[in-house]
Amino acid sequence: MSSGGFPIGSEDTTRIGAEHVDREARRLLSDASDSSDGRLGSPVPPVRTIVLDREPVPVRPVPEREAVRRSLAAAGPQRLQVSNLSVAYGAKLAVKSVSLSIHEGEVLALIGPSGCGKTSLLRTLNRLTELTPGSARSGEILLDGTDIHEIEDTVLRSRVAMVFQQPNPFPMSIFDNVAFALREQARKRPRRKELEPQVLDALRRAGLHDEVAEDLHKPALRLSGGQQQRLCIARAIASRPEVLLMDEPCSALDPISTGVIEELIHELRRDLAVVIVTHNLAQARRVADKVAFMYLGDLIEYGTAEEVFEAPRATRTRDYVMGTFG
Amino acid sequence: MSATAGTGLIAGRQPRRHGKRSSLRTWRWVDRLVFLGAWAAGLGLCLIAAGIVVYLAVRGIQYLKPSMLVSRPQAATSQAGSGGFLDPIEGTALLTAIGVVLALPLSIATAVWIVEYGRPSWLARVVESTIEIVAGTPDILIAVFGLALFQLHLMAPFSATGEGGGVVGRSFIAAGAMMSLIALPPIFTATRDGLQAVPRHMREAAFALGKTRIATIRRVLIPRVRANIATGVTLGVSRIIGDTAIVLLVLGGTLHIETQSSTPVLGLLRGTGSTLTSYVFDNSPAGEGEAPQKAYAAAFVLLILILLLNAVVNRIGKGNAHTITGAYV
Repeated sequence: MSSGGFPIGSEDTTRIGAEHVDREARRLLSDASDSSDGRLGSPVPPVRTIVLDREPVPVRPVPEREAVRRSLAAAGPQRLQVSNLSVAYGAKLAVKSVSLSIHEGEVLALIGPSGCGKTSLLRTLNRLTELTPGSARSGEILLDGTDIHEIEDTVLRSRVAMVFQQPNPFPMSIFDNVAFALREQARKRPRRKELEPQVLDALRRAGLHDEVAEDLHKPALRLSGGQQQRLCIARAIASRPEVLLMDEPCSALDPISTGVIEELIHELRRDLAVVIVTHNLAQARRVADKVAFMYLGDLIEYGTAEEVFEAPRATRTRDYVMGTFG
Repeated sequence: MSATAGTGLIAGRQPRRHGKRSSLRTWRWVDRLVFLGAWAAGLGLCLIAAGIVVYLAVRGIQYLKPSMLVSRPQAATSQAGSGGFLDPIEGTALLTAIGVVLALPLSIATAVWIVEYGRPSWLARVVESTIEIVAGTPDILIAVFGLALFQLHLMAPFSATGEGGGVVGRSFIAAGAMMSLIALPPIFTATRDGLQAVPRHMREAAFALGKTRIATIRRVLIPRVRANIATGVTLGVSRIIGDTAIVLLVLGGTLHIETQSSTPVLGLLRGTGSTLTSYVFDNSPAGEGEAPQKAYAAAFVLLILILLLNAVVNRIGKGNAHTITGAYV
């Protein structure tokens, strides 16, 4: 910072430096507010202050956005229909009246800054938020046309499976980890032989089969982090769910393991609807077909990945995807 | 490792583990006193512990003969004729087994309820403080309570009965039940702490697979805290083995294991007996047996048992730490 010939750390220079930075920032801010609706084509991304409590302003009027959203209904059959969903923890509203639909054969990425409600939204889709004391929900979530609150929680969660941020295999063997997902759904405990084809199939679909085929009896905790996460995916898809929810599945992994999982997501999309929460915009760009941008509990933008990243309709979305805040 | 780096950087200097520290002379007087006091207290305790172990080991090895471990005690006027202590060893094993079998399910179930359900919360608090009270109760009080409880006519099937049908209130079942109260707090505490240390996403992972809470507890959480439970059980076992008051009051402290009837198992469980601790007490100069050599030999065996158990606890504790770090790298 204090370059040039100035002695580092002397009181005067640091004060001057701070003033300079301040002036520079104010200049940039005023520039940004001049071109508040600035085109995306502008070379330098505008710097703007984010006022946390201010209502975000959509650029296009709501009816127009609705029309665009309707035109998006494509891909496979619709699996989940979320309408006017709000989630609150005590007095705090985490998700505010969000509506979107989730289709088979596509990956929906939920993006947005920390605390914007994307994880809350995700956890409401398989009713995990219910486990948090003081949580409440309004609005409607339909799974294949049935309200998820009419479905028994255990049945719902085997149809809408979930993978977590932290790889969390259970303290048992690799085989049993996957078999556990299948076992207790049946009243009568099935034998190992009967489960074996399903377990191997799940491991194969999760791209883990060849690496662990010889070690199925070994404790799952011996696997590497990336393998553990793929085991968790195998476990989640073993019961052939319709929707797979992923809560930042790669944030605890190294780049290579992340790449493997992203490829896997591409594959899984063929017979599943995937919803992925991610902080990593590059990842959202790589894996997502549709992107939903959330901010302070509001769904600001929802559209195809191309639209959201290349031609966002809301200024807030544009600032976020360009890395101005986050 | 840092030493090699140091030699590489500063040539000609001896590798040192620490940099220069302030000399004791520059300290305040209070600090100097506390510092020396801490050293003295630590060393003093070590010396006392070592003294007990060495003294018992010398005396024990002096008097202990392998035959004592397999021969029954005899009522005799001379030490030479008083036999070995097979019955107390068997009594210790049986009593420990009963105590653990009773305490284990009870304490695990309580810990699971407190951590996983815990509603209503006032009741959970009451249960937790009740267990703390049990943990803090002197064993002699538990023994007196046990005697009063098992002397009730209602409890006749569980204990030895006298000639006229009077309930004696002393038996392996009665003593085992009271011993389970002594073993319960450590097992409960270890299990509860283990469960509380299981991260929330582990439970949610099971719920997210469509598992019920009870299936999650049975198949994920209990296996996960198995090492904690083992630590608790070992601590509980060493408390049972080391207890004397309950043995003397509720087990009877008889020389031999006296079966109550000819019924194979029940007769034994309703019968009375003794353990190594009560044997040591009886044969020490304070007791009636007047066989101090036997007391030393038995005390040595007891000491070895307790030391072994402590080693097992340490081992389990380390194993546990290993699996936990293994899970989170």
